Amino acid sequence: MKRGRTVGRSDRNPKRRVQLLALAHARSGDKGDTANVGLIALKPEYYPILVKQVTAARVARHFKGMITGRVERYELPNLHALNFLLHGALDGGGTISLKTDAQGKVFSTALLRLEVDPSR
Amino acid sequence: MTTSPKRLRIAAGQGFWGDWLEAPYRQVTGGPVDFLMMDYLAEVTMSILQKQKSRDPSLGYAKDFVPLMERILPILAERRIRVTCNAGGVNPHGCAQAVAAVARGQGQRGKLRIGVVTGDDLLGRLDGLLTGGHELKNLDTGRPLSDVRDRVLAANAYLGAGPVVQALRGGADIVITGRVTDTGLTLGPLMHAFGWRSDAWDLLAAGTVAGHIIECGAQSSGGNCLVDWERIPDLANVGYPIVDAEPDGTFSITKHPDTGGRISVAGVTEQLVYEMGNPAEYITPDCVADFTSIHLAQAGKDRVRVSGVRGRPATDQLKVSIAYFYGYKAVGTLMYAWPDAYKKAQAADGVLRQRLADLGLEFEALLTEFVGADATHGPLGRAAAPLDDLPEIQLRVGVRSTDRAAVERFTREIAPLILNGPPSVTGFAGGRPKPEEIVAYWPALLDKHMVEPCVEFVDV
Repeated sequence: MKRGRTVGRSDRNPKRRVQLLALAHARSGDKGDTANVGLIALKPEYYPILVKQVTAARVARHFKGMITGRVERYELPNLHALNFLLHGALDGGGTISLKTDAQGKVFSTALLRLEVDPSR
Repeated sequence: MTTSPKRLRIAAGQGFWGDWLEAPYRQVTGGPVDFLMMDYLAEVTMSILQKQKSRDPSLGYAKDFVPLMERILPILAERRIRVTCNAGGVNPHGCAQAVAAVARGQGQRGKLRIGVVTGDDLLGRLDGLLTGGHELKNLDTGRPLSDVRDRVLAANAYLGAGPVVQALRGGADIVITGRVTDTGLTLGPLMHAFGWRSDAWDLLAAGTVAGHIIECGAQSSGGNCLVDWERIPDLANVGYPIVDAEPDGTFSITKHPDTGGRISVAGVTEQLVYEMGNPAEYITPDCVADFTSIHLAQAGKDRVRVSGVRGRPATDQLKVSIAYFYGYKAVGTLMYAWPDAYKKAQAADGVLRQRLADLGLEFEALLTEFVGADATHGPLGRAAAPLDDLPEIQLRVGVRSTDRAAVERFTREIAPLILNGPPSVTGFAGGRPKPEEIVAYWPALLDKHMVEPCVEFVDV
């Protein structure tokens, strides 16, 4: 799959939808059974797109079936970053978890699969 | 100390127990630094160390810290570099004695002072605390500690920079602590060198942010860095991060010249958001740092300047990290080859699950992952993968239970699938999986006044 590929879904501007990978980078980690994903705009001008389109509700839908709890979002305009807390993401977390990604290290790139429309 | 220095350079040497052995050596030889800071303790580490200490009372600390010191002590002495570390685990005194013995062997008698920080270990005080009305409720679940009291293996309060400062003020060349926060190991030297007061909240927050940036070692200097990762140079020789700080609380993150990796605003930002909760409230024993106040700027090649950090008063509680025995788990894997690798692995999973059910085995959790399709990104990965034409896929099944016998029996049900399950299967050279004891983590809070940090000295 190409980076930031355009996809033809039933969207009004199908060619304009790109994966977050084209607009942002990310790092994730764990606190107990909660994974955090810090999503950082690659350029300052991308940050408003993230704020507007990558809402807690959208992220919760994106991770449907992967997390059992709610999603919280925090804004860090100084770093052009958003921080998401994904509760119930790690099968109990830490040593309890049976998951390969027990410490939530790659929820970061999983979030970068989300598609947004940079023209909106 | 007579006068305050104009700058202080603190080099990160270990981001966790098991980090690159060459890093601390390179940090003290690759250029001028004033302090070497090393973080050894993760939540579960304390219970492993507690177990080692129960078998041999002289153990219970990060053992490989001692040969490391043996290697670099002469360099530290020559270059007047001091050390802060939490390698002491649940036996800081044992660790200090072992380092002192090494120093004596090198003829450093009378030249080295080790500061020992204790007071974090609450294991022997738990019943007293509970009867005294301190419930030590689980921060995540709200349950009282009495639920698991009889299974507790370790309990440690997170101490802050205070006792580290006290040890340095007492003339320690090496400060060995128990459960001091990662950030306290960096903030301590800054408070000591610059004379920062314990209520100078903006300064303490700045030092805390500095500590957070370097506490995971190379994760802020190009390691595990996603942005532009293919062009980050020479990770084989990655330079670990160094805080180059000024008395007013501004600092730069940099690394030694002629090392690999990269110090960039994007990379430092990745580390800032790592394991973050509410960014406006990064709570430590020393202060509450506001990460929404941080200003980053590229100040040259491999140099990021950090300024503007604001802080608020510390809370009146300390976090307590409790480890308790939870149960057992085991994970088994089998590798399936093209054609139809994914379908074969799915079929094998079905057979395995039916056999476990027929045996009447019950598990608190039974998890299947198809490595190569969904182990990292779950259904998102599966949806994007060419499932019909994968060259191979690994079936990975894990179980968890409080019943050891059930987990044990599960481990015997994997290998038979090689001969009596779906075809084109390999990769079982490691033998059957072993049941593992689960030591789980119980985070809690405790009133600060219930914990008395203790600082002692060992003169070599």
